[in-house]
Amino acid sequence: MITLRSLLLPHRIAMMVVFAALVLWCAFTLRWDWIPKYAPLAAEGIWRTIWILAVTTVLGFLLAIPLGLAQAIGPWYLAAPARTFCTVIRGTPLLLQIWLLYYGLGSLFPQFPWIRESELWPYLRQAWPYAVLALTLSYAGYEGEVMRGAFAGVARGQIEAAEAFGMPRFTMFRRIWLPQAIQSALPTLGGETILQLKATPLVATIAIVESYAVASRVRQDTFIVYEPLLLLAVVYMVIAGILAFAFRKLEQRVPVKGH
Amino acid sequence: MEQVIELLSLSPPGWGGNLLRGLVHSLEIALGAFGFGLLIGLGGAYGKLYGGPVLRDLLAVYTTVVRAVPELVLILILYYVGTDLINKASEAMGYGRVEISGVAAGIWVLGIVQGAYATEILRGAIKAIPIGQLEAARAFGMPPLKMLRRVTIPAMMSFAIPGLANLWLIATKDTALLAVVGFNELTLETRQAAASTRAYFTFFLAAGALYLMVTLLSGRIFARIEKWARKGQPSHRRAKA
Repeated sequence: MITLRSLLLPHRIAMMVVFAALVLWCAFTLRWDWIPKYAPLAAEGIWRTIWILAVTTVLGFLLAIPLGLAQAIGPWYLAAPARTFCTVIRGTPLLLQIWLLYYGLGSLFPQFPWIRESELWPYLRQAWPYAVLALTLSYAGYEGEVMRGAFAGVARGQIEAAEAFGMPRFTMFRRIWLPQAIQSALPTLGGETILQLKATPLVATIAIVESYAVASRVRQDTFIVYEPLLLLAVVYMVIAGILAFAFRKLEQRVPVKGH
Repeated sequence: MEQVIELLSLSPPGWGGNLLRGLVHSLEIALGAFGFGLLIGLGGAYGKLYGGPVLRDLLAVYTTVVRAVPELVLILILYYVGTDLINKASEAMGYGRVEISGVAAGIWVLGIVQGAYATEILRGAIKAIPIGQLEAARAFGMPPLKMLRRVTIPAMMSFAIPGLANLWLIATKDTALLAVVGFNELTLETRQAAASTRAYFTFFLAAGALYLMVTLLSGRIFARIEKWARKGQPSHRRAKA
C-alpha cells in the first residue's frame, strides 16, 4: 500500500520532479492542437470502450457461472463440452475469434433469406453485435476456468451445513455457494477484467469506433504519431487504475481473518 | 468437403502453404520474443530484488505501465519508437533510412511486453527459493554469475515453469496482434486467404486449429519440462501415503 510517508523518501521526490519535468516537456514541446477538434469524438470513443467492457464482462460472467459449475460438479456430458469450450477459447487468439465471427458469420447470414427478412437483420448488419459476442465468449472462456476452481474451493462444511438446515438446493447455491466462490475469485476476476479492458481495442479492427480507433483516426488525419498514442495509453492506465481500485474495495467488503 | 481440401492444399491454387508460412513466422516471433522477454525478466527480477531504490522504482513503473496499457497500443508505440530510433541512428552514421524486418520488429515489441510479465514471474520464483541455498552458495564465496548459473536458475526453475508456460501461450497468441501493423503472420495470412476466396469459415477455423495445436503441444512440452525441473523434489502424493 502506498502511504504518504513512502512517497516522501528523498529519491522518490527526485523521481517525481523528473517525472513532472517530463510531463511539462511533453505538454509544451509536443503538438496538442488537434485535441479541441477531436475531443467530442474521443469522449464518444472512451464512452464506447467503457460500455463494451461493462456489457461483455457482465454477460461473460453470467455465462462463466454455468461453465464453471458444469466443470466442477457437472456430469461428464456437461463437463466435457464446457472444458472443450474453455480450451478452444483460451487456446486461440482473440483477434482470430473476432474475425471468425465478424467475417465468417457476417458472410454466412446474407445467404439465408429468412434472416435477411427478420427484424434482427438491421442489427446483424452492424459490427457491434459480433464484437460484443466475441468479447463475451472470450471472457466467459477464461472466467469459466476461474469459476471452476472457485466453486471447487468453497469449504465442504459450508455446503454440508446448508444441507443440514434443509436448505433447498437453489437457495443454497444462491446464498452460500455462489457468494463464497465469487468472493474467493475476486482478485483473479479483477486481473482478468483489466485484461478484458486491454482486449477491447481489438474490436477497432472491425470498424467499431472506440478510443483506440479514435487515436488511429487522429494519426491518419494529421500524421501526428506519438501524441494520440501517449494520451491513449494514459486513458487506459486511468481506467485500469479505477478498475483495480474498485475491485480492491469489493474484496475488502468481506473482512479476512488474520489480516 | 472436396472444395475445402482444395482450398487448404499446400500447392498454389490452395492456400495451405501460405498458412503454414504464417505459422512459421508466428512461431519465430513468439520464440524470439519469449527469449528476449526472459532476458529482460531475469535482469528485471534481479534489479527488483537486489537493486537500489531508484532502479527498483523504475522497474515498478515499467511493469505497472506495460501491464496496464493494451498490447495493441504498446505495439504501435514501440514499433514507431523503434523504427524512429534506428533511422535516426543510421542517418547520424551517414547511412540512409533502413528497412526493418518484420520479425525483428515483432521480437523487439513483444519482447518488451513479455519482459514485464517475466520480471514478476521470475522475481516470485527467486523469492521462493529456500534462502539457505543462496546463503550456502554465498558462504562458499561463489561469484555472482556462477551462483546464478549453478544455484539460482536451477533452484527457481520448478517455481517459474507454470508461470512461464502461461507466458509462452500469451506470446504465441500475441503474435496475432502484429497482423494489425501489417506483418504477415498466421492471422493476417489467414485473413488474406479468406478475403480472396470468400471462404471465411474454412480459413479461420483452419487457423484456429493450428493455434490450438500449438497450445496443446506446448502444454505437453511444458509438463515434461516441469517434471524434469522438479526431479529430486519429494512429491506431495507420496508424502501423504
